[in-house]
Formats: sequence, structure tokens, C-alpha cells
Amino acid sequence: MAVEVRLPTVLRSQAGGRSTVSVEGSTVGEVLHALVSAHPGMSEQVLNPDGTLHRFVNVYVNDDDVRYLSALDTPVKEGDEVSILPAVAGG
Amino acid sequence: MIPGQVTGNRYASVAMLRMPTEVHLAMVAHCLRGLPEEACGLLAGHLATGEVAGLYPADNLAHSARVYTLDPLAHLRADRDAEGRGLELVGVFHSHTHTDAFPSPTDVAQAPDPGWHYVIVSLRDDQPVVRSYRIVEGAIEEESVVLRTHWARAS
Repeated sequence: MAVEVRLPTVLRSQAGGRSTVSVEGSTVGEVLHALVSAHPGMSEQVLNPDGTLHRFVNVYVNDDDVRYLSALDTPVKEGDEVSILPAVAGG
Repeated sequence: MIPGQVTGNRYASVAMLRMPTEVHLAMVAHCLRGLPEEACGLLAGHLATGEVAGLYPADNLAHSARVYTLDPLAHLRADRDAEGRGLELVGVFHSHTHTDAFPSPTDVAQAPDPGWHYVIVSLRDDQPVVRSYRIVEGAIEEESVVLRTHWARAS
């Protein structure tokens, strides 16, 4: 099923300037892997080489942080919005 | 320099950040309210022109005088809201409570977007000092912050 993925500004140039793209998948992990397959340039900014979520990236399903759900195994359904957000932090 | 000239930074089409005075004041006020901790927030506007149109104050989840972590849910909501207004997030501001308005090594290492503007509000001295930077692949480039009293009067 298709869910909308909201991209951070830093990744939009790799999606033709779009803020959201439609991606197939039934879990957050499937959605993210489908996203980076379609847009390989996003790969290293979203996932680690071992397929886990990059430390400096936050992923939300609608308004919930997937780290407090089931991480990459979190299920998604038609109409959900998966958002990728770079961690904004510093000193 | 010719206005609008592309600088060495390929992401910086214009080496300045233009900001309404209201936004500037609200940003400094949010930083002062956050004392003794660092405060932070996001700026919305137009990346292509370096114009800021509004700000989204956010919580510093680190609750620290030395570091900040911007609340990611506030980031998400700001992104959605900005898009609904025809804007985009163009940068982040945060305060330095005891140091210069210059990016710390942590600021540079964790800069999330080379297209963004990184505004630092130093509260070390009696008067707040606001400076803005581009941070691309570890390189820091300062840009001017130009205040506009009112967009409608800007010519």
C-alpha cells in the first residue's frame, strides 16, 4: 500500500523539489528501503549500511516517533504519513 | 560584491539573511526566556532568496546551558505549518549563553542541512548579539543579517 513520505528540506532536491513522495510498504522499514531504492542519493542520510536507522535521523508515523513504537518494524497503513527529520542539535 | 552573486558556497545564492524586525525580536526574546539554558527554534521563509518570514520557537529537549536538541515533533509541526503557508524551513536559531555567536564544533558537526541558515544568538554580554552562518561540509561562512522594519515598506 502507498504511504506519503514527508522529506526534510535537505533531501527534497533529490526528489525534484517535492516535499512528499508516495512510497509502497507495510512497515516503516519497507517504506524507507523503497524510498532509498528509488532515490539512492538519500541512502546514506537515512539508513546505515546495515539497514538500521541513521542515528541523526528522526522518523515519525503521523505524530509518533517510531523509536517509541516498533522502530523500523512499525506498521503503516494507507493514508499514513511517514516523516523523515534530521536531528537538529548542537552546542 | 554584486547583489545576488553566487559565492563559493554553492548552496548560498545570496550571502545574507533578511529578516523582519518582529522575527528578530521574537527570536531574541525566546532565547532570553530560555535562560539559563540554551534556547532554539526554526526559521521559515524562502531558501532561494534568504528571506525569513516567520519563526517557530521550540523546546530544547537537552535542557542544558551547553547543548541543545530541538524537539523533533516541533520540527515536524513547523515543517507542515510552513508548507501550508507557502514557506519552507530555511534554518535554525539557538542561543549561546556564555560564548560568542560563532558555531561551536558541535554545531558544525551536527548541521543537518547545507542549504540552511544557522543563526546564533549570543547572550554572553549585556546586549544580545545575532549572527548567521552557512555550514557546508564542515566549512563555516558568515553571512550578513539584514533587518527589515516592515516588508510592506521594503523597497
